[in-house]
Amino acid sequence: MIKVEWFYWLVGAVFLAMAAQMAVDRSNPKRLGSAAFWGLLGGCFLYSTWVVKKQAPAEPLGLAVLVMVCLAGFGRTGRGTPRTTTAEQRTALAARLRGKLFIPALTIPIVAVVCASALKHWRVGGEPVLEPGSETVLGLGFGAIAGLVVAMFVVRERNPAVPLHAGRGLLESMGWALLLPQLLAVLGSIFQVAGVGTQVGKITEQLLPDGQKYVAVAVYCVGMALFTTIMGNAFAAFPVMTAAIGWPVLIQQMHGEPAVVLAVGMLAGFCGTLVTPMAANFNLVPAALLELKDQYGPIKAQIPTAGALLVCNIVIISLFAF
Amino acid sequence: MIVLLGVLVVVLGFATRRNPLLVVGIAGIVTGLLGKLSPQEVLAAFGNGFASSRSVTIFVITLPVIGLLERNGLQEQARVLIGRLGKLTAGRFLALYLGLRQLTAAFGLTSIGGPAQSVRPMVAPMAEGAAERRHGPLPEQVRERVRSYAASADTVGLFFGEDCFLAIGSILLITGFVNTTYDTHLEPLQLALWAIPTAVCAFLIHGARLLRLDRTLDRDLAAAASRSAQAGDRTPEDAK
Repeated sequence: MIKVEWFYWLVGAVFLAMAAQMAVDRSNPKRLGSAAFWGLLGGCFLYSTWVVKKQAPAEPLGLAVLVMVCLAGFGRTGRGTPRTTTAEQRTALAARLRGKLFIPALTIPIVAVVCASALKHWRVGGEPVLEPGSETVLGLGFGAIAGLVVAMFVVRERNPAVPLHAGRGLLESMGWALLLPQLLAVLGSIFQVAGVGTQVGKITEQLLPDGQKYVAVAVYCVGMALFTTIMGNAFAAFPVMTAAIGWPVLIQQMHGEPAVVLAVGMLAGFCGTLVTPMAANFNLVPAALLELKDQYGPIKAQIPTAGALLVCNIVIISLFAF
Repeated sequence: MIVLLGVLVVVLGFATRRNPLLVVGIAGIVTGLLGKLSPQEVLAAFGNGFASSRSVTIFVITLPVIGLLERNGLQEQARVLIGRLGKLTAGRFLALYLGLRQLTAAFGLTSIGGPAQSVRPMVAPMAEGAAERRHGPLPEQVRERVRSYAASADTVGLFFGEDCFLAIGSILLITGFVNTTYDTHLEPLQLALWAIPTAVCAFLIHGARLLRLDRTLDRDLAAAASRSAQAGDRTPEDAK
């Protein structure tokens, strides 16, 4: 059986290799800090395997995460000037390679989808080939490897250090924002353990007038969006707001249809994700990747849509849940 | 009540524009300690949370491929390609991409797009190419707006498409949380079906705004052109 942890080792190894390249990159004024940040991230990917299996203590991993937070938070990471092709060379290469350039880029999702759907049920000797529950993740890994092989063939590149170097340029331009989604997941789990959901529930119960169905729906949806804006992640907001108002008030007290309330409630949270810089991977990473001067550009493009959709979600629950 | 101070830390840090990593890290420590966790337990919570959330960071594995293709002119080729798509304006092209992204995500094909996989190498250059064909060279500000809208088409399409698919993280989170916490039985399929009305609204609303982008560009660029004409520059006849 192909295990998902093997794939995490590969990702960790890629981080470590890129960190090694950064450590000797004299064009980066903060090369040692950058190398330490990404090297530590790679090491954490490897060590996590034993934490998940409960064979190693989680505390050292937590400490390493906090060191990474400090390295990035106090501005110890930076980026070098990537050695790459000039605009003229690229135009010439594009004219020669033409449509073939898209083949490797499309290989990634196609292989990923085949793994997640067709190969999902593939068994050899009664044992599944891909670790159950991780087919999509593994598919992306196989897709990336297949894409790299095809790409090196298409552009006739033999030196594997070249794609690694090119990928490192992209990684450096994304920077620390890459770690934020994982850190938010941590924050969500700590909120859960510390009982933040129960507290928010008590407060909303006091604020909410009795029996006002549509007010309660609006409070649930706006609360989901607001909490998601703060946490950067609807997944973290959902348990808090559902324990506070969705389940006890809308479903138990007012007999709302659970499927409608919860599915649309989650989507109300997504409206919050569209407008928050805390959702770095969806809003800040694209701005960095597109080299925008205004890092809030994508958020500004999304605010009106998010507002209108929040209203739609409130209307949908009000119409169909009761 | 006092555990809510953690939320306050996030809000304050966010409002004063501190580095988000620091804000979230400190909020986690504060909430954990106020919630009566020992310092060791807080560290363990950080470690366990990191280990079990690694799957959100794995798209890094695609960067070497994309980087190599970009070195060899992927973005330039994408611009050439849009040049051939006759009547498609930037807005129409992005609305088309929004619809495709929603549909594919609704079938579980979420990894087809994304800022690194598709927006930077293909969608943004194609939208810019379309705008340039219609308006000529774009001023910096207009270029930024087109790129921002390209990113928004991808994100909105993903968010309001993926929930129509039953085996997606958010749907599984809902059933997992509700079925274990409230001892009930909710089917993923019911939830996925109820995501459809919002998905339709999202396509209509954001699609209409993307189509409006064309008119906004017409207006802004005409204004910019008349300004430069007033400043004494000769404006070409086709600048409209």
